[in-house]
Amino acid sequence: MTKETIKQVVLDIISDIAPDEDLSVVKPEVRLRDQLSLDSMDFLDIVMELRKKHGIEVPEADYVQLASLDSCADYLLPKFLAKASK
Amino acid sequence: MSSKPRIVITGLGLTAPNGNSLQEFRANLLAGKARIAEIEVRHMGKHPAGVCDFDATKWQKRKEIRNGTRVGSISIFCAREALGSSELDWDKVDKSRVGVYLGITEHGNVETENEIFNIAQFGNDTKYWTHHHNPRTVANNPAGEVTMNMGITGPHYTIGAACAAGNAGLIQAAQMLQLGEVDLAFAGGVSESIHTFGIFAGFKNQGALGAHADPNKASRPFDKNRNGIVISEGGAIYILERLDDALARGAPIIAEIAGWCINSDATDAVLPNPERQAECVQMALKRAGMKPQDIQIVSTHATATALGDIQECTALRSVFAGCPETKINNTKSFIGHCMGAAGALELAGNIPSFEDNWVHPTINIDELDPECDMPGLVINQPVKVERVNAILNNSFGMLGINSALIVKKYGVA
Repeated sequence: MTKETIKQVVLDIISDIAPDEDLSVVKPEVRLRDQLSLDSMDFLDIVMELRKKHGIEVPEADYVQLASLDSCADYLLPKFLAKASK
Repeated sequence: MSSKPRIVITGLGLTAPNGNSLQEFRANLLAGKARIAEIEVRHMGKHPAGVCDFDATKWQKRKEIRNGTRVGSISIFCAREALGSSELDWDKVDKSRVGVYLGITEHGNVETENEIFNIAQFGNDTKYWTHHHNPRTVANNPAGEVTMNMGITGPHYTIGAACAAGNAGLIQAAQMLQLGEVDLAFAGGVSESIHTFGIFAGFKNQGALGAHADPNKASRPFDKNRNGIVISEGGAIYILERLDDALARGAPIIAEIAGWCINSDATDAVLPNPERQAECVQMALKRAGMKPQDIQIVSTHATATALGDIQECTALRSVFAGCPETKINNTKSFIGHCMGAAGALELAGNIPSFEDNWVHPTINIDELDPECDMPGLVINQPVKVERVNAILNNSFGMLGINSALIVKKYGVA
């Protein structure tokens, strides 16, 4: 599991919840909300899909960590690695 | 109602199991073409059902479809199609003066069942319950989705009226226009009920779920061997305006709302009461300033249940005895029971009769039930009549709600 893999995981989730968006131009360092039409319900969808598909929990206090693809990767990598080591 | 503003229909959009436009729907009704599918119902196997095949992406982004409800998509499609038929310059319409009034039989069963099924895959842990549940299941959902899609900022809500809901939505809109609450109304009825197993199971355990080896013959009101309801989805949304406003903008006037009544049986939760139904029809006639002889088409509610059909026939015989020119038909024989949409769709399919003077039949009658025999019943083949100036649209529902709506050809005294 790498940060690039995690970015793709997040992009795959976004492609499901925001199917009208062009994800080929997403810049990893820019806030997702600044480049895609995503609202608070959509971020809750990202949290839910991480929980359902990958068994990853994101506490409410950490939602801010999902702001950009880069921050997602930084925040989620330890969680995915911990999950894989179990 | 002479002292109140006259209300006219100036737009109409629909989706039915056998048509996604009034033209297609009407053509199939005159051609005797039913369209009932066989679908897999959760926990229950295959059952006949009326399924709509409109293209939701015509008017919605895929994200809207994903986050919203099926009935929201039905509502948006119908409202947008109605707008397209109305010749309104939408950009110039004051959206704060537009109301949305949609009749529903029920709402929220589909979304709730889906989530119960969803969390069952996760040991019934409610942390997997979607945060979309509440906006999807609030009772105003279908009307609210229309306002968000179309930028309407006037009032919106649904009218819960069991299977009388289609008429109830139209009546509510007419009343709000007469009160001056709005200048333009999107109104009618909508349903997504084929996606909830609970409705199927409820009817089945009530002994009222229709079945037949040929799905297209499963819905057969008035037939001696009818065995119950075929559940369908669908929608029909009309644009209503005060006549003066419609004339001022040169609107295409499809028909005029002439009179209506909603009353209650106050007797039984499921068994209709023909006396109250007859009173409902009589009151609608009185308010329209009409006699039974003035009605050329009665669009029946009959759902193909053993007793319900007979009860409605009893009511109609008591009102229309001595009206040899009044024709009687039924649309559920083609498309099943579209629940909250039924009344609005069934009226829509008859409205072109004002122009073409054809009366579509009730189909699937192989052997007429003698207890459902009525002189004006149009059986299996359409009939041409001299004129159609007024249509009575019956729509009844559980808990004893009755509705009768009369529309007349515009320009006829």
